[in-house]
Order: sequence, then C-alpha cells, then structure tokens
Amino acid sequence: MLHIIVCIKQVPMVSELPWDPRTGTLKRETAQGMMDPAARRALEAALQIKADRTSGPVSITAVSMGPPMAEEVLFEARALGADQGVLLTDPCMAGADTCMTAVILGKFIKNHCPDAGLILCGSMSSDSETAQVGPQLAEDLDIPAIGYARRLELVDGCIRVERHVDDFLELMEMDLPGLVTIDHAGESDRYTPRYVALGGVEAAFNKGGIQVMNSRALGLDHAFNALKHSPTKIMDVYSPVTEKKGRVLTGAVKKMVDTLFDDYGKIVSSAMGKDLKTHDHEEDV
Amino acid sequence: MEKQIWVWADYRNYFQSRVTLQILARATDLAKKTDAVVCAVVFGDRVDEYVAEYIAHGAQKVYVTDDPLLNTYNVESYAFLLSALVRRFQPETLLVGATRFGQEIAPRVAKQLNTGLTADCIDLDIDDKGRLVQIAPSFGGNLIAKIITPHTRPQMATIRPGTFQELPHDDDAKGKIIPISLPDHMPGPRVRCLKSELHPVRARKIETADIVITGGRGMGSKGKFKKLFDLAALLHAEVGATRPVVYADWVSTEALVGQAGKHIRPKVLFSFGVSGAIQHTAALADAKFIVAVNKNPNATMMKLADVALVADANQACSGIIRALKQRIRD
Ligand SMILES: Cc1cc2nc3c(=O)[nH]c(=O)nc-3n(C[C@H](O)[C@H](O)[C@H](O)COP(=O)(O)OP(=O)(O)OC[C@H]3O[C@@H](n4cnc5c(N)ncnc54)[C@H](O)[C@@H]3O)c2cc1C
Ligand SMILES: Nc1ncnc2c1ncn2[C@@H]1O[C@H](COP(=O)(O)O)[C@@H](O)[C@H]1O
Repeated sequence: MLHIIVCIKQVPMVSELPWDPRTGTLKRETAQGMMDPAARRALEAALQIKADRTSGPVSITAVSMGPPMAEEVLFEARALGADQGVLLTDPCMAGADTCMTAVILGKFIKNHCPDAGLILCGSMSSDSETAQVGPQLAEDLDIPAIGYARRLELVDGCIRVERHVDDFLELMEMDLPGLVTIDHAGESDRYTPRYVALGGVEAAFNKGGIQVMNSRALGLDHAFNALKHSPTKIMDVYSPVTEKKGRVLTGAVKKMVDTLFDDYGKIVSSAMGKDLKTHDHEEDV
Repeated sequence: MEKQIWVWADYRNYFQSRVTLQILARATDLAKKTDAVVCAVVFGDRVDEYVAEYIAHGAQKVYVTDDPLLNTYNVESYAFLLSALVRRFQPETLLVGATRFGQEIAPRVAKQLNTGLTADCIDLDIDDKGRLVQIAPSFGGNLIAKIITPHTRPQMATIRPGTFQELPHDDDAKGKIIPISLPDHMPGPRVRCLKSELHPVRARKIETADIVITGGRGMGSKGKFKKLFDLAALLHAEVGATRPVVYADWVSTEALVGQAGKHIRPKVLFSFGVSGAIQHTAALADAKFIVAVNKNPNATMMKLADVALVADANQACSGIIRALKQRIRD
C-alpha cells in the first residue's frame, strides 16, 4: 500500500491582512481562510494516483500546520477524498518560518507516518510564494525531491516526473520514498482541482473528525518555539511610500484623453517612434 | 578573515537569464559598504566561458568546480557541493537568483546549513552593524519587511531576475579563479535526469519593451481585457497583467508583471484598473512615464502615475484607441 502525505496550507482569502506590530507576523486568525491553490493541485495529483488502478491500494493523509481554524481545509481535503486529516497546531508553532514549518511537518512524518512513500506539496503557496517548504521538508526527511511537477507517474516502484524548469522540459525519476512539489501554474490542466460535491464537506464532518496534534503529541522538544528558533528576524515592517505628485485628470473621457495627448503626446510618440499629432483638430494638409 | 559575498552562478540559460550578472552588480555595491570581496561560485562541465563573464561583470574571485560529472544541473549534488564550500570558506552572505532551479537549491542549502533564507528580495542593504538587510514584500499585504539573519551565517536571499541591473561588461576586469575539485565522497544522485531539453517558450519582449500596457482586475472581464491588445497593436506595445488577472486566466502567465513575474522598464507605461499592490509595483520602479487609469483616484497606482485619469478603464482604453487612430501619422 502506498501512503501519500499531502501538505496543505490554509491561506488568507484576502490579500490585505493586519499584522501584529509586536512580533511582525501576520494575524492569520483574523482572515478568512481557504486551501492554498497550489496545495489543492497537490491533493488533486494524489487523488488521481489513488484513482488509477495500476497504482494499487493508496491511502492519502492530508496534513496542515496552522492555527485551529486551519482544520477547515482538512475537512475539505477529506471531502475531496483524503483518507485522513491531521492538524498540527500549538501556540509554540506560531510564527514559524519555512525552515521551522519543514521541521514541524518533518517531525509528524518521521514520528507518525514511518510508512510514508510519497510526499506531495504545492510548489509555492499563494500567500507567501517562497517555494521553500517543499525542498526544506525533503532535506529534513533526507529523501530525494523533485520540484515543479506537471505530471507524475508511478513506474516500477519509482516515480517519474515531467517538469518545466527555466525553459527546460525535463523528465526526472527517483525512488520512493520521495517528495514532489506540484507546479502551481501548469500549462497543462492535468491537476486542475476537482470541486467538492454538494454536501461533501458535511459528509466529511460525519466521517469522523480531524486528528489534532499539539507539539507534545508530535514529539517536539518541550522548549520548541518556532518564532524564537527561526533564523530570520523581522526588523521593521512598513508601507512603501511612493507618490509622484503627478497630474490628476477628471471629467469626460474624451476631454481627458485629449489633454493626455495634447500635453504629453511627445513622450508617447518618442517611445513608439512614430509621429503623433499634438492636437486632434490639427488637420493634415 | 576576509569577508565575502557569494553569488551562486546560474548560467544554464545564459542568454535568456541575466540574473547572476544582475546580482553580481548589487553585490558589488554591498561589498563596498562592508569591505567585502564579491565571489561567484560556478559548478559544471567546461565552464571557462562563464567564469570569464562573471569576472567581466564584477566577480573578484570565482570558485569553480569543473568536472564532467557535473554536466547536468542536479539539485542534490549542487546543493551538497555548495553547502560544503560554504562550510569551508564561510562567506558572510550567499545570494541566489530566483530562477526555478535557484528556488530549489537555495532552500536546501539553507536547511543544510541551518541558516535563514529570505525569498524574493526587492532590495538588499547593509545596516550599521554590517548585517545584510533583506528587503521583501511581506504578508500578502501592501507591506515591506526588512529582515535580518542575526545569529547564523551565511545570510541568504533569493532575488528575482530583473530586480537589479547588470554592470557593463569590462574586459579588463581581473579576478582570481580558485579551482575546487570534486570531493571523493560525493553521494550518488538519488534523482536521475532522464531527459532535459531547452524549450524556450517565453517571449520576453515585455521586459525590454519601450511601451507596456498593464491591465488589472478593474478591466472587468476576459473579453474586455482583450481591448488592451488592440491598444497594444497601435502603440507597438506589450501587454502585462496583475496576478488576479492571470489567475482568472484572462491572459497567460507569461504576462504576469510583478514580484512573481516580469520586471519591466518601459519609457511609457499605461496601467488600466490596477490597484498598485507592492508585489506588482516592485517591478515597475524603472518605468519612466506612467499613465494610470482607475475609477478610484486614491488607488496606489494613481499616486505613482505622472498622469492619472479618473475613469472607467474600458472607456478610457476605447477613448485612447480612438484618439490614437486620429493622431498617428504614418
Ligand atoms: C506572495 C505574493 C506575490 C504576489 N505577486 C504578484 C505579482 O507578481 N504581480 C501582481 O500583479 N500581483 C502579485 N500579487 C498580488 C498583489 O498583492 C495584488 O493582489 C494584485 O496585484 C492586485 O491586482 P489588481 O490590481 O488587478 O486587482 P485589485 O487589487 O482588485 O485592483 C483592481 C483595481 O481596479 C480598479 N477598478 C475597478 N473597477 C474599475 C473600472 N471599471 N475602471 C477602472 N478601474 C477600476 C479598482 O479601483 C482597483 O484599484 C502577489 C501577492 C502575494 C501574496
Ligand atoms: N503550514 C503548512 N502546512 C502544511 N503545508 C505547508 C505549510 N506551509 C507550506 N506548506 C506546503 O509547502 C508548499 C509551498 O509553500 P511555500 O514554501 O510557503 O511557498 C505549500 O503549497 C504546501 O504544500
């Protein structure tokens, strides 16, 4: 039986979020959350492997590290077809950078899923886009990894991955256990996520809860503190002040556009290398 | 010990990707502030040509491992080698271009060395204690964070292509080449590359275009967004877009302008229905003359503009098309 772990992050639905000026980290608890679109594609890849008869029996565990409300994305994952959902949550995990996130996810996989064969992540999450958690988790687990997969296939106990990286189309192969990150913006629609069937989320609620683990259950050291142990520190957060004191035009569109070309037409015409009449009433003779 | 700033050299797609040269240029500025030496680190098979290029673009020292065994980019062996070199020579700072390969190798090296890594810096600086200040948009909002790595070394950051400008090629520049042989105990690669073919798909014209037209969510719909291409045809311009537009599939990912996409430096930028989030505007810093259209006069993009038209994006686009048709002299 192939045990697939899918790492799913909950991300804020809105892009403008308040932050805590004291710790300099995001106040995630105030945002409405959704499943990270890239992780959703990773889940889709897992579900397709599971649906493929040639893969043999497959069990999918969805895991998320985050605040208690991140439970929602795990219910959703269950509704979509994941067999288990596990939430890793503890105040001491708050403020984890990518490295600490990888340590926490790694602890879960090492201590609680020793049979994990394939670990899937999104290539980059929509709220931070670091693309770091996948590679760092592979490093933490000391397993091989391939990033930016467009397509995966199990072939004789190893995994084959097609990817597009820096203008190179590549076909890679590795033995399992291994980690693959799924491209967040594939040109092929292979891993376009499916939607939850009506009532699916509720059915998932009934199928039994999500397993919740704190740092002790996980087996983390009692002194573990993600924020303190993150090697990077935020010194300052500010809003970029960028004002040009340009000219503001209001009124009828035709008038604004005429002013634009009457007064600035030269700039546009020199950029395009073509002559522009500076007044539209100026007639060609 | 001599302070060093390292730039990991990514030459695989050399003629398309100038990111290593761009970072070398910035590293040269930073090195002046801390009295450090700018070094490039090159792995590969027969890389003399690249080494010479890096020296001509500011590298004072180049660490080179040149071996037939390194003839394909392999993230595991490259990460292993890079970490080993860092342990040996202890640079203060390690900068990596955020190509996809760079984004794979950097986090692995950071984890192996137990040090921090800031992704997608839009600028780098040195503080009064000589530390690297990693400046990056943060938290998905309109905020910029200054990040430091106080306790561990090296201080690591990735930088997107186009963020900095390369120095002119200097044939007379001198640099020291330090050959490093492969260690005897190289672990065998666990990931095998069965095929790797160059498929350049991206038309990168937007990065060099003199006129760029960007459209945001304010264009309203995929159908209406198409009007920007009509305008582009008249202006000989390229069309760019914001992330929500790309996500909604109004236009292909290649058009994305911003932190996660292309940096542009047009002489004239027309921006329609764009709010001006920092992840987008970080890539517009070099636009010379900006015309913005937004129905909200207080949108950040309007404040960045030389001429701001308070109008509906579609109507303004049509109006500009009409005016141009009358005004262009052939
Ligand atoms: C990690 C990360 C990376 C990101 N990277 C990028 C990136 O590379 N590039 C990027 O663009 N974004 C990026 N973003 C997203 C970015 O934060 C913004 O959400 C995005 O740029 C907003 O796009 P927009 O201006 O089209 O949409 P909105 O913010 O929704 O703005 C729409 C604008 O249109 C105006 N408008 C609405 N209707 C009309 C109308 N009829 N006529 C005229 N104006 C109208 C509104 O007033 C508003 O100002 C990133 C975000 C994150 C978290
Ligand atoms: N807190 C988290 N819990 C579970 N998975 C995560 C978490 N953060 C990141 N990931 C995974 O790592 C991928 C890349 O995230 P990032 O490094 O933030 O761009 C995501 O798509 C997820 O698959």
